[in-house]
Amino acid sequence: MQFLLMIYRSETELAKMSSADLSAMYGEYGKFTEEITNSGNYIGGNPLKPTSTATTVRVRDSKRVVTDGPFAETKEQLGGYYLIEASDLDQAISIAARIPGARHGSIEVRPIMPRTQAVQA
Amino acid sequence: MDFETFHREESGRILSTLIRLLGDFDLAEEMLQEAYAVALQKWPTEGTPANPRAWLISTARHKAIDRLRRNQRFERKAEEIAKTTELAARPESDQDQEMLADDRLRLIFTCCHPSLPMEARVALTLRTVCGITTEEISRAFLVPLATMAQRLVRAKGKIREAGIPYRVPSNGELQDRLDGVLLVVYLIFNEGYLASSGDALIRRELCAEAIRLGRVLCSLLPNQAEAQALLGLMLLHDSRRDARVSAGGELILLEEQNRSLWHQEQIQEGTELVQSALRRGAASVYALQASIAALHANAKTAKETDWPQIAGLYDVLLRTHASPVVEVNRAVAVAMAHTVEEGLALLEELEKREELGEFHLLPAARADLLRRLGRTSEAADAYRRALTLATNDIERRFLRRRLAEIESQRGAQR
Repeated sequence: MQFLLMIYRSETELAKMSSADLSAMYGEYGKFTEEITNSGNYIGGNPLKPTSTATTVRVRDSKRVVTDGPFAETKEQLGGYYLIEASDLDQAISIAARIPGARHGSIEVRPIMPRTQAVQA
Repeated sequence: MDFETFHREESGRILSTLIRLLGDFDLAEEMLQEAYAVALQKWPTEGTPANPRAWLISTARHKAIDRLRRNQRFERKAEEIAKTTELAARPESDQDQEMLADDRLRLIFTCCHPSLPMEARVALTLRTVCGITTEEISRAFLVPLATMAQRLVRAKGKIREAGIPYRVPSNGELQDRLDGVLLVVYLIFNEGYLASSGDALIRRELCAEAIRLGRVLCSLLPNQAEAQALLGLMLLHDSRRDARVSAGGELILLEEQNRSLWHQEQIQEGTELVQSALRRGAASVYALQASIAALHANAKTAKETDWPQIAGLYDVLLRTHASPVVEVNRAVAVAMAHTVEEGLALLEELEKREELGEFHLLPAARADLLRRLGRTSEAADAYRRALTLATNDIERRFLRRRLAEIESQRGAQR
């Protein structure tokens, strides 16, 4: 089954990191991505620009309401994601635990709803 | 064995195997019910089969194949067809002892998966592994039946939808995951042992079920010292069940309990388990608490208790697992091991800490030490303070009784 691993980290903490620490972190992400690609678990993934670049869109009564910033203010912000293939939740959890961001922030693991099920729901 | 006992003893095991074979909690439960219905019809006339467990598994499995085939006629779902084909193709002899033992472990680990909310883990373990009815669980936890039923439905839904696997964790994960399982067992036991209200019979049953789960874990994972420590702890606490509450439902303190009512065979087994766990390096909160319980259980009288060693164990607990209860118990142990004044000074230090301001055991313990020192007026004040904070009925009755005793003493002195 497929899982989305969402990486939440404090942007304030990230902003405080030195450029040496940042490039070490990107190095770790590169290595991790290569590992899960070789093991056949990787489907996709991307880092996101910070929430200061975010825009929220809602449509109410057919009117478009566009506001700045993320949908909800939280301590940790979504900073990137991986889409993976795993045999079950336990495998997804052990892959999530290897994401460098898991040591400072948190990873939310969510199963992807198969399309047939989405139609039924 | 009569049918009722068989049902109680075996249902969890049979269900665990059916869940593995069918890959679906609800289907497994339903098919087992149907198999039981057939058994109730056939066994009295045709005789009980040589291996009733295998008979029930096989009957339920055939019922499931029929059910899935019938469903396919209406809605041909690829997934169901694949499942039926696989199920029908699997050899019937897929039931060797090791596989069956593993099924129980699989079920326990799945029900205690950390991605389920804690209260759902407890409920699902009691329902599925122990075979306790939803109604009994709802009564034990003082939750409306509909709420408990909903909790179980959601938990089973999450197992299915989130991809929670039905297997024993690999060696690398086992230790972490076992800690979670032990916590569920411990919570079930505590609910039975400490619960303030509710049906006394059901509470006793919860303790018995927790001990049974502890035994299953110890026999299936014989090298796990912490599982042994937990089983030892539960047996030692449970050994006092007939002495700790009076016929009128009054709480009786350890030092006032009639020790001849303690169950000696349980004390012996619990003590051996704790010793063996400690030799294997157990150092969890269970091992420490069990060591303390073993010292109490093996003392002939309250006076002869090895209080210095108990105080030392509380020191260790305080460093590794600090909590208000540990703080208070340590002060009481110091009072017993050294002088009452020394223990009282520790409690008074604790009272200065804001976060313990509402903790009823603190004034209750202080009242008891003041009473021992003959400072009755201060003791009475402390009992009154404890009464304003305590919510548990049994504890409140105990505090009121103590307060009345002290007040009548003071009246006599006047």
